[in-house]
Amino acid sequence: MPESPTLVQRVVRHQLMWPVLALVALLVVNVVATPTFFNIRMQDGHLYGNLVDIVRNSAPVMLVALGMTLVIATRGIDLSVGAIAAIAAAVACTRIVGAADEGAATTAIMACTYALVVCLLLGAWNGFLVSVLGIQPIIATLILMVAGRGISMAITDGQITTVNNSWFSDLASGFVLTLPLAFLVAVGVFLLTALLTRRTALGMLIEAVGINPEASRLAGVRSRTIIWTVYAFAGLCAGIAGLVIAANTNSVNANSLGLWIELDAILAVVIGGTSLAGGRFSLTGTFIGALFIATLARTIPNIGIPSELNYLFKAVVVIAVCLLQSPKARAVFRSRRGGPTVPTGPAAPVPAKAGSVA
Amino acid sequence: MSAITFPTSSTWDRVKGYTPPTRFLPVIATLALFVGLFGAGGVRYDGLADPQVLLSLLIDNAFLIVLAVGMTFVILTGGIDLSVGSVVALSTMIAAKTLQMGWSPYLSIAAVLATGTLLGLLMGLLIHYFDIQPFIATLAGLFLARGLTYLISVESISISDETFTQLAFKTVYFGEYYLRWTAIVALITVAIAAYVLARTRFGRTVYAIGGSESSAMLMGLRVAFTKVGVYVISGFCASLAGLLFSLYILSGNSLHAVGMELDAIAAVVIGGTLLTGGRGYVVGSLLGVLVLGIIKTLISFDGTLSSYWIRIITGVLLLAFVVVQRFATRRQS
Repeated sequence: MPESPTLVQRVVRHQLMWPVLALVALLVVNVVATPTFFNIRMQDGHLYGNLVDIVRNSAPVMLVALGMTLVIATRGIDLSVGAIAAIAAAVACTRIVGAADEGAATTAIMACTYALVVCLLLGAWNGFLVSVLGIQPIIATLILMVAGRGISMAITDGQITTVNNSWFSDLASGFVLTLPLAFLVAVGVFLLTALLTRRTALGMLIEAVGINPEASRLAGVRSRTIIWTVYAFAGLCAGIAGLVIAANTNSVNANSLGLWIELDAILAVVIGGTSLAGGRFSLTGTFIGALFIATLARTIPNIGIPSELNYLFKAVVVIAVCLLQSPKARAVFRSRRGGPTVPTGPAAPVPAKAGSVA
Repeated sequence: MSAITFPTSSTWDRVKGYTPPTRFLPVIATLALFVGLFGAGGVRYDGLADPQVLLSLLIDNAFLIVLAVGMTFVILTGGIDLSVGSVVALSTMIAAKTLQMGWSPYLSIAAVLATGTLLGLLMGLLIHYFDIQPFIATLAGLFLARGLTYLISVESISISDETFTQLAFKTVYFGEYYLRWTAIVALITVAIAAYVLARTRFGRTVYAIGGSESSAMLMGLRVAFTKVGVYVISGFCASLAGLLFSLYILSGNSLHAVGMELDAIAAVVIGGTLLTGGRGYVVGSLLGVLVLGIIKTLISFDGTLSSYWIRIITGVLLLAFVVVQRFATRRQS
């Protein structure tokens, strides 16, 4: 008994409590609407089911959001990721279509590598504008957001390019070890990022730049290089996401591919508890945030609402999350309810739920 | 030296030595760009140098002009409004749906304008009183307006109301040249906005907030009222632009105006308004829209260039203006 309150308090105060709680709540809604929602069956050596679909569909947003997390941690933002995703898909698809052997594995690999190098360069271009020229991130990346879809259409010549390469489509619909390959790719990038930022000093340096670029520069941190790197990384992540989206439909439509994915990614980052003011980031939070968005997209048709109304729910989530994070709003609610002890009260049954998922 | 030459300067010397105030330079640059593009196009393509082409630019971009006017207010305070494209779509949808339900067209127009203004008010309140970044609050507005549009109807609804179609084609003739009513509404909006920004207390407070919000607060200016006010104006302008757009296109569709907020922001920036706030003119935004419009016209006159070049050229112009702004402000500070 004596240690249980501290455990409860630790769980309640943990920064991931709210995102996990929100995700659990969504899953509960789904189970209530469709009791068989959690059913997973084995077929042809793959897992099938709603949960598998959710993790598969979460891959693009998760990838984009990973890059976005680091950018936001440096107090920046990258609006161009959707356009970069469209460019990546356009480059890869036109390379595959133009190759001598359209169906070969090497064609797919070469095309994807080529596309990712382009994205890395585009990300570095954003980084150049932000770190060297000192343009506000939102404006610097707006330029590529405006021009990017035009560039993507110029690459595909304004056509919807369809590709015929089983290796490429495996990127979205393939399974490895019974799990969707797209999700494994996203998890792989996630683990690599976590390793690089949390097991080395890089994460701390990124946060230092986000807290105060000038002070960190004076303290000997190469803030310019770090800013440059995070934008290039965001470009790379967006590129991988673009490839996954294109592989899912085996085609690229420069106008609609990755449309508003930057907003979804920012939403995932914000849900995960990373502050838009920079200086602090949570990769696990972003991971859960991306899962939340994919689950939301699944929930809405599941409970019988047209899937286009997705946007309405996202708006509610954005406002709710921002109000939860806003110190002013907290102060208002606290003074209404009379006392800061409120959050611990109703949260007692929470750890059991949260624990069962984690 | 100057003490000797100054009294003896002739009129010609004064004209030669005249330099416009630096604050007007960005707008003059945009004007020069527009004149240059129009001139080059007039030399290159037959029929482009016709004055009617200029008037058609105003007609075809009336909604974007109104949108850019609202956006100018927001950007002058250092904010941004991402929701305007969705509000345009919502406005076309509300207009189409209410007319389909048999509402009077005037009631329908009032409903559209009220909805946009209310959305702007909500975003302004969130931004000012809860300290939510403009970018994220208007992002919520973007999702909300687009979601509401889908809620009303997923299908496209056409507008066949007589008053609306009459309004849409109402024309004013100047000799052999003509202008639609929508363009005149847009120009009136520009005139009112220019007056408000230059001559009223509200306008001066907008510039003051863009310069430094805390200083404006310490000076005792009405920061809260003004900051919420600019989003209300932007919401109103977005719904007015939505009305003009529904007159232009005569249908309501949830896929209308995707990405139009980017065009509006680009027009404002190309018009010389500083994205960090505090400097810029509505007339500049009007010229910015016209520059974007003339590029579109040039591409359609050329015929060999595909329409996606518009976006690439817009991006390049945006880049040029942002970089020049950056160096100009760096030198001053």
